[in-house]
Amino acid sequence: MTLDRTTTIDGLLPTDLRRDFPYLDQELNGHPLAYLDSGATAQRPIAVLDAERAYLEHANAAVHRGASTLVGTSTTAFEEARETVARFVGAGSREIVWASNATDAINMVALGMADASAGIGGPETEIFRLGAGDEIVVTEAEHHADLIPWQRLAAKTGATLRFIPVNDHGTWSIDDAASVIGPRTRLVAFGHVSNVTGFLAPAAEVVELAHRHDALVMLDACQSVPHRPVDFAELGVDFAAFSAHKMLGPTGIGVLYGREHLLDALPPARTGGSTITTVTMESASFLPAPQRFEAGTQPVSQAIALAEAVRYLDGLGMQRVHAHEEALAGLLVDETSRVAGVRLVGPPPGSPRAALVSVDVPGVHAHDVGQFLDSQGIAVRVGHHCAQPLHRRLGLRATTRASAYVYTTADEVRRFAAALAEVRGFFGVGA
Amino acid sequence: MSDLSGLYQELILDHSRRRLGDGELAEPHATHHELNPTCGDEITMGIRLDASGTVLDEIGWTGDGCSISMASASALTELAAGAELERVRELIDGFRTMMRSQGAGEADEELLGDAIAFHGVSKYVMRVKCAMLAWVALEACVAAASADDSRS
Ligand SMILES: Cc1ncc(COP(=O)(O)O)c(C=O)c1O
Repeated sequence: MTLDRTTTIDGLLPTDLRRDFPYLDQELNGHPLAYLDSGATAQRPIAVLDAERAYLEHANAAVHRGASTLVGTSTTAFEEARETVARFVGAGSREIVWASNATDAINMVALGMADASAGIGGPETEIFRLGAGDEIVVTEAEHHADLIPWQRLAAKTGATLRFIPVNDHGTWSIDDAASVIGPRTRLVAFGHVSNVTGFLAPAAEVVELAHRHDALVMLDACQSVPHRPVDFAELGVDFAAFSAHKMLGPTGIGVLYGREHLLDALPPARTGGSTITTVTMESASFLPAPQRFEAGTQPVSQAIALAEAVRYLDGLGMQRVHAHEEALAGLLVDETSRVAGVRLVGPPPGSPRAALVSVDVPGVHAHDVGQFLDSQGIAVRVGHHCAQPLHRRLGLRATTRASAYVYTTADEVRRFAAALAEVRGFFGVGA
Repeated sequence: MSDLSGLYQELILDHSRRRLGDGELAEPHATHHELNPTCGDEITMGIRLDASGTVLDEIGWTGDGCSISMASASALTELAAGAELERVRELIDGFRTMMRSQGAGEADEELLGDAIAFHGVSKYVMRVKCAMLAWVALEACVAAASADDSRS
């Protein structure tokens, strides 16, 4: 790998960091790979791959089942991983529940609330019970993972689903939120950082507003936790979700965060072994959180690997990761907004945004844009990025998204913009 | 970029601009809407048969999608409009076989004519669905029209 490619934009992150990621050192269609799809899934450093393997080679045993020395070792490693992840997001370890991914974590809350609304659980579930006249609020910019579970919950309970409107940039303000959140609101769910526009939601203000109306708040933190320091306790959210595979960790595991007293009250949507205190032929009582939610055998080696990813990020320092990405975000916007005939969605240049851009090239479908970039060794995401309603609102069907991470270089961003500038010519569109 | 020219052959780019058959058909004997959920590409295909019910008289479609999917609809129109239904079924089968080839072998030029330009697309696994979109819609239309003997 040449020095040029490993040079980071700002000197904030170590320049030899890319050596930790074997995946990045390959060619795509005869060009050095420029991996600009970390918003979809991130690559994993050797340390994370090694940690998972080392656990499997030396410490793998059934967690929380049995009393042997081996089970003691695996259970300790598993619970230490939980503590590591908890500290990373300003949570207590009883507030971290393993899920299979962020989508699953959001579903756990929606399904638990549906169960509570159906009369499952005692008086402690009152706060989760919805019915006709109650309102669930989401934004028009949500990822389908933070939309469809709430559509379902509304359909099951008779509650109404309402939408915080977005403007022509696909962004929204606390005033927009205040126009929808009110006394009937029981739950507000929104993405902390949009996976399409890179917009950073005014999370603390929304929490304040929602709590004033005694509504719960669920934060989709998929695109924030990997990229900036996030402290759920400080933000005051009631629930949050994120996925390991977007933060240098493995697939197969995600995290549900919930404030302790809420998790202890939320009915577990999935039931079975490892979640209970006493079981009779007729009924079961459940352990406190997090065990009450972790039915069946858990993704143990993935939890170990996720904790290693967290240590890797902590080693870099999330402040530095964030500063690196802010610089890349600026460069992404500068470079792409200079490309003639390309529409940049999201916050206008000059406004803060995450290190991702989605663009529309009028006259050329996103699939064709992506294919052209692919032929130049540049890997991006094309399509609606699981946000059809937002694309429809923006008058688009699909966009092309470049997203950066710790290993992304200025050179890769420039290659993306340079290739983008050739797209219309290649397809014979426009001048 | 030479590697891309196998995918975006001139004929394909040409068809994506000409869009033969683009436009809703009046009083179709069968219509079918087909969606590719991963990218949102979609097409609504309509067909009319001749009085004997054995010839595909007219094709009209409306759609929105990438150059491959739109070019494929255009090429399909050129090949299938005016053809015997039997031949239309052969064309659909032949096109599908070509798209499943992953770039291997020779495409059936005798059957598919210029549409063998799509042979190159079959190497791009993520784009095969784009090329098939219109053909899947046509197949459904033909099946529906053949099953429907109430046609006057
Ligand atoms: C904002 C946002 N929410 C939710 C998800 C869903 O994450 P997962 O597919 O890992 O469950 C994603 C990623 O695709 C995302 O970007």
